[in-house]
Order: sequence, then structure tokens, then C-alpha cells
Amino acid sequence: MNGANIKKILLPAVLLLSLLFPLVIQNEYYLHIMTLAFIWIIAVYGLNLIAGYTGYLSLAHAGFFAIGAYAISVLTVKAEMNYWLAFLLSVLITSIIGFFIGLIALRTKEHYFAIYTLCVGYIIYLVIYKWEELTGGVRGFIGIPAPPPIGSISFDETVPMYYLVLFFLIIGMVAMYRIVHSLSGRTYKAIRNSEDLAASIGISTMRNKLAAFVLSTAYAGVAGALYASLIRFIGPDIGYTNIIFDMLIYLLVGGIGTLSGPVIGTILVVWVSQNLQFLQDYRMLIFGPLLTFLIIFYPKGIAGSFIQWRQKQKEKAIQKESAQIQGREAETKI
Amino acid sequence: MFLEIAGLTKRFGGLTAVDHVDFSVEENKINAIIGPNGAGKSTFFNLISGFHPPTEGQILYRGQDITGMPSHKIANLGFARTFQTTHLFEQSTVFDNVMVGHRLRTKSTLVDAVFRTPRLKREEEKCKEKALEVLEFTGLSHLADRITANISQEEKKRTAFALALATDPVILFLDEPAAGINPDETEGLTDLIKRISTTGITVCLIEHKMQMIMKLADKIMVLNHGEKIAEGTPEEIQNNQEVIRAYLGGEAIA
Amino acid sequence: METLIQQLFNGLTVGSVYSLVALGLTLVFGILHIPNFAHGALYMLGGYVTLTMMTSLGLHYWVAILLSMLAVGLIAVLMERLIFHPLKDAPPLQDKIAAIGILLFLEALAQFIWGADYKTMPTPYGQVIEIGGLTITLQRLLIVAAAIVIMIGLHLFLRKTMTGSSIIAMAQNRDGAFLVGINANKVAMLTFLISGALAAIAASLAAPINLVSPGMGHLVILKAFVIIIIGGMGSIPGAILGGYILGFSESLGAAYISNDYKDLIAFVLLVLILSIKPQGLFVKEGHS
Repeated sequence: MNGANIKKILLPAVLLLSLLFPLVIQNEYYLHIMTLAFIWIIAVYGLNLIAGYTGYLSLAHAGFFAIGAYAISVLTVKAEMNYWLAFLLSVLITSIIGFFIGLIALRTKEHYFAIYTLCVGYIIYLVIYKWEELTGGVRGFIGIPAPPPIGSISFDETVPMYYLVLFFLIIGMVAMYRIVHSLSGRTYKAIRNSEDLAASIGISTMRNKLAAFVLSTAYAGVAGALYASLIRFIGPDIGYTNIIFDMLIYLLVGGIGTLSGPVIGTILVVWVSQNLQFLQDYRMLIFGPLLTFLIIFYPKGIAGSFIQWRQKQKEKAIQKESAQIQGREAETKI
Repeated sequence: MFLEIAGLTKRFGGLTAVDHVDFSVEENKINAIIGPNGAGKSTFFNLISGFHPPTEGQILYRGQDITGMPSHKIANLGFARTFQTTHLFEQSTVFDNVMVGHRLRTKSTLVDAVFRTPRLKREEEKCKEKALEVLEFTGLSHLADRITANISQEEKKRTAFALALATDPVILFLDEPAAGINPDETEGLTDLIKRISTTGITVCLIEHKMQMIMKLADKIMVLNHGEKIAEGTPEEIQNNQEVIRAYLGGEAIA
Repeated sequence: METLIQQLFNGLTVGSVYSLVALGLTLVFGILHIPNFAHGALYMLGGYVTLTMMTSLGLHYWVAILLSMLAVGLIAVLMERLIFHPLKDAPPLQDKIAAIGILLFLEALAQFIWGADYKTMPTPYGQVIEIGGLTITLQRLLIVAAAIVIMIGLHLFLRKTMTGSSIIAMAQNRDGAFLVGINANKVAMLTFLISGALAAIAASLAAPINLVSPGMGHLVILKAFVIIIIGGMGSIPGAILGGYILGFSESLGAAYISNDYKDLIAFVLLVLILSIKPQGLFVKEGHS
């Protein structure tokens, strides 16, 4: 089975499965978990764009997720704004804050960038925690509205919300697919590979990194806004470092710098965690070492390892072919 | 005047890596810079291509002052370069490595990417054509789909050349192109550099392999301890007493 | 005036703890060029081990601290052997993520063993003394004094002993150190041992005035990163100086600006510094 075939068969199958999921699984709780997983996938795609494709490990993305969630909460609950306008504005606010943070953060590299963004993430958390008048401090927000009903479809219910989130996820994935395969995506990968080389072939590294960073924060913002609308109450915890570490685990299990990685990793880890409910707070006893083990032995994750394996098969076939051609040439010479 | 370098100086802390060097690169010729290890050759390249801002001095390109301009803007003017160690993306195919080289001649943005605009499709086609063209020119067409990690050192060097050529350069800087490859392959690269020069691209290279330089270069500058000690045709350089002294105990000039 | 002096003394106390933590972090960075994100977990473990030795085994405070330094030092060495050593030639993204994995594991482990609630650590030095109108707990005085003794000890070790100077040599020039026959593996393990021991004693000294909890390392490690960026990654005097600078700015900020936002000071400082100098302060310009 070659690459094109996999895409032709597997993709529609997964799509069909996700569309039929609520019909097959009647359990509301499972549907809720799946919806939540989809939201995380959107956030992880954002992280993947900047960390996986552009090579900048941002540890501030839980903060951007929280900004998206808090922005929509403030706008709908306090300002009583129209939901979809508020949704749009929250994503915009997240991206604008992302723009200014990126402008400074992206001048730093490697360790400095990771430490810098970790600190930025912590500042965001602390501001949310301490700024009581705006954010409700440690008590957070309650009564965040679900998206307004469309006709007779009410998003208070689990199934319609599932499809709404799935809709956003699919848009997010299609956009990401197109970006990664476009000239812009190639540019980001060139920067990840070597910034010096990228600059030497005329790529403005700063401008491109900033574009990737802002877009990645927009993904986090969308995820945050959807999260607030699904869960309907939020606290400062959603901006804490634990959340970014969760995202990292999802991304690394699935495969950093791959398109299918965020989906595979998030769904797998979320469902495994569900079955490890009895561990609750101690699930990191398993996932912590797993993360370390993966990064040492399988740094490419599930999707990345598969892609690498296929690449090797292809390379072998090419080598065999060229050997045969050479063999034939040798024969004709004789 | 094509490319004029005047009084170029770079100091790192107390160390002067390049010391008041004047040099003019001649258009459509092969210009070479030689000198013992640590003479400041690579730093000289880095200053011209915008990787480090010079401490003093001026770089004029067709009358335009480009001193201190960031490297990506210099690349846009038509300056391309290769590095001593190739920084290619090893996990990617040769073709994918080279294709991004023409990116600087395109304009499409993230918006074009998301909506797959006609402009993006047109420009992608343009980049593909360019990549195929430079792969053909550098003799790599048969390796286009191979993973870069699996090709030979000399093929990687050629890929780096192809990437630089994909930017449509006016002038090409080569930093020790023949380092780490065997004499036969060096021969092949020498031919390639000559062919690049005949297409109207000005070449400027740093090299240690003297035989290669003497065969290739129209003009040579010799650096020692960051200072220019000689400049001239290969014959003039070979007979220059100061150059011979600088190399004594080091590599002999063949 | 009195509050000023009181706050300055608080700054000195807090700064001493920061300096000790930052010292361990900077030593490891100097040798291996990895930012050890799991360093905060070592700090946390140090607090718990000392506490357990005192409460469960009834050991004296100082004996407990010594054992804790040894235990955490050995855990740090294990970390180097099992994780950072195999990753030493890997891309820089990987060692950071590996360290985060360890951090998550150790925190969950602490919570599993000791529970999530805050615990107080008893100290034999709870007395309050008065010096010139200044009320000081003996414990705080002890922190300041112990930090100074440790720093002098570390200085003597690094400068006057063969083993110590091999650490300095390797931090300055890895290849050179290899050429003169320094065993890089040994030096790396030793550095992690010292780094873990420093984290353990810092936590044990600070715990009686703060509290012990699984998350106690979070803020400290973030601040220690800020400190070593201020002081120059890998610089020993920089870590000490940076620790005290941050300690003073925090206690003065808490008194004169806002107690709520005092934890922000470090991060605002970092954002300012990296905005002006993206490579951090005191970085030598690269030569290539």
C-alpha cells in the first residue's frame, strides 16, 4: 500500500468514523470526553506548528489557551456580547497578545526561547490568578454560555456540541494540511532545519517565525474558547504549566512535526487516561516516564516512526531498482 | 563597479578577525580567497553575506551601500552562499531541500496557503520548475527523490550548490566547496563551478585545495591574520614572496 | 527605616536560597549545556526527604539534611546516567522534553508517597532574636550563614582540588578538557551530584519558613532560570549575584509595590532583559 492509497482509504474512514461516533456510542460521558479530546487536538495542532514545524518549543501555549477561554468568558458573561462575535474577538485577542509576545520571544533561541516562554506562560497564569476584578481570581468564571442554538439544534446538548467541535477541528486540520504543504510550510521547515541556511536563501526568518507563532496562538485561542463553551466554567488552572505538559505528551506520543500526530497522540492518551481513572492525580507516574522514554527511544512518536519506516522501505526499493539498472547496463556492456 | 569592499574590519572582543581589507569582486569571473587556517576567510564571507555586521568598513554593490544589511535582504539582491558544513535537511528528499530555494522569488503568504489561491499554485509550479532545472544543472536529477541523509558527501555538496542556484543568484559565494571529498570528486566540482561561471554568475570562493584554485580562479586574494597580503592572478600569487612566507610550514603552494 | 532593614534582611534570606538553587542549575548548564527543567523536582525531593528523616526516623535536623543531600545527589546522578547521557548528541529539543518527563514523574511520585497537602517542617532553630530593634528568627539567620559557608566551600572545592578544577576546565572547554585526559563522564556525574545536593540543602533550609508540598519547586526553578539568565548561563559568580539581586528586588517589591504581584518581578525582569539582549546578559559574541 503506498502513501496515496493510505490517504485515500484511511482518511475517509476516519472521517466517517468520527461522524458516526455519536450514533454508535450512545454514552453521553464518552461523547463528552471525545469532544474534549477534539478541543485538545486543535490546541496541539497549534503547538505542533511552532514546535514541530518551525522548531521553537513554546511552553507558553497553555497560557494562550487560557487567554482564549477567559476572553470569551469575559466577553459573554461580563460584556454580554453576542456569542459568535465574542468567539471571533477572543481568537483575535489571543493572536494579538501572541503577536506582541512573539515579537520579543522569537528573538531568543533554543534554551532561551523555552525558558522565556515557560516564564511568559507563568506570567499569564499569575495575572489571571491575581486580577480578580476581570477574571474572578481563584474562583474563576461560572455560567459561560454554550453557543446559541441554530434553529432547533441546541448546543447545550452533548451531540450537537460534538459536531460543532468536530466541525472546527476539521477546518483546523484542512487549514494545517494546506499550510504545511504550501510554500509557507516549506519555509517554516527550512527555518527549523537551519536558520542560517534559511536566511542565506533569502528567507526573512523573523517574519516567518512570527507568522507561525501567531497562527499557533490562534489555534490555542480557538481551542480555549471552545473549551470554555463546552465546560461552561473555568478557573486559572487551565493556564497552569500542567496543561502545556499534557499537550507536549499528546504531541510527542503522536509524533511531533507530523500531521496525523496530534490526532493519534491526543485521542490515544486521553482514552488511556480515561481507563487509568483510578490513578487520578498519579497518572504522571506513568506518563512522565513514558514521555522521557519516548524522547530517548522514539523521538518521532507513533506517526513519525511509521513515516520513517515507510521512507526506509521506499529507499530500499529505489536502491534495488538502481542496482538492477546498473546490473542490466553491465550486462549490455558485456 | 560590481562589488566593492573597502576597509572591512571585524573585531570579536580583543581579536581582530578581519583587518581593513579592500577587495573588489570582478563580475562574471571566478574570484578566490585563500589563506592559512584562521586567516579570517570565513568571517570575511560572513560579513559580506550579512551574517555578522562589520565593525568598520563599507560594502558597495553596484553603488548601493549594503553594509550591515540583514542576510535575507542581501540574498534577495542576488547573493547566494554555501556553508563549510552543509546544513541540509537530512530527513527530507533532495528535491524538497532544493525547492524552498526559490521561495525568495515568490510572494504567497499564509492566506494563499489556507485558500490555495491561484497565485500559490502558480508560484509552487515555478519553484518546482526551478528545482528541477537546478538539479538537472548540478547533475542530481536521478537523486531528486532520495532522502538526503542517504546520499554521498559529494552529492550533498552538489545539493547545497543546487539550493544556492535556485535563488537565481547574481553572485555565488562558496565556502570551501571541496572540503572532505576525494580528488576525483573535486575534479567534478571544479567543472561544475566553471559551468556556473559560464552562465554569467559571478563566483567567489574560499578553498584550501591549491591545485583547484590555480586551475579555476581568475583572481586571487590572500588573507593572513585577517589582513590582505596579496592580490592578483594565479601566476602572480604563486610567485609572491610574502604569500610563500605565510604558507611556509603550512601547506605548500602547488 | 525599620521596615527597610527588615525587608533587606528578608531579601538576603530569600536570595540565599535562590543562589543555592541557581548554583546547581548553572553548574549543570556549564558542563552539559542543558537547562535541567527537572531541577525544581530535586529541590522538592530534598524538602521531603529531610522532613521524612526528621519525622519518621527522628533524626536531628542536620543529620537529616546531610542524608537528604546524599540521596537527592544520587537521584541526580541517576538522572544524568539514564537520561541526559544517552541524549547528549540529540537535538536540543529532546533533552528539555526528557527533563520535563522526569519532573512530572517525580512530582507525581512525591504526591503518591507524601500526599498533596502542605506540610510544615520542624526546626530546632525556631527562636526569635532581636538585634538592634530587628526581630529575626534564628532559622533565617541560619539560612544566610549556611549559604555563605556552602558557597565558600564550593569555591574552595572548585579552585583548590584537582576534581573541582576538572569541572571548571570542562565548563570552559569541553574538547580541551578531553585532550588533557579529564573523564567527561565522571565530571558530568559529579556535577549532577553537587547540583542535587545543593538543591536538597536549599530546600531543607527554606522549608521551615515556607512549607513542603509537591509543587514547591515550581516557582523556585523558574526563578532560578531567570537568575542564571541574568547572571549568564553557566557562570558561578553570576548565579550567586543574580540570586541575591532577585531576593532583594522581591522583598523590596513586596514591601513597596505590591505583595500580590511580587512573584511577577522575576519574570518581568527576565522579559525586560531578553527583550534588550536576546542572548542574555554577559554572553560572549560568537566567533566563526
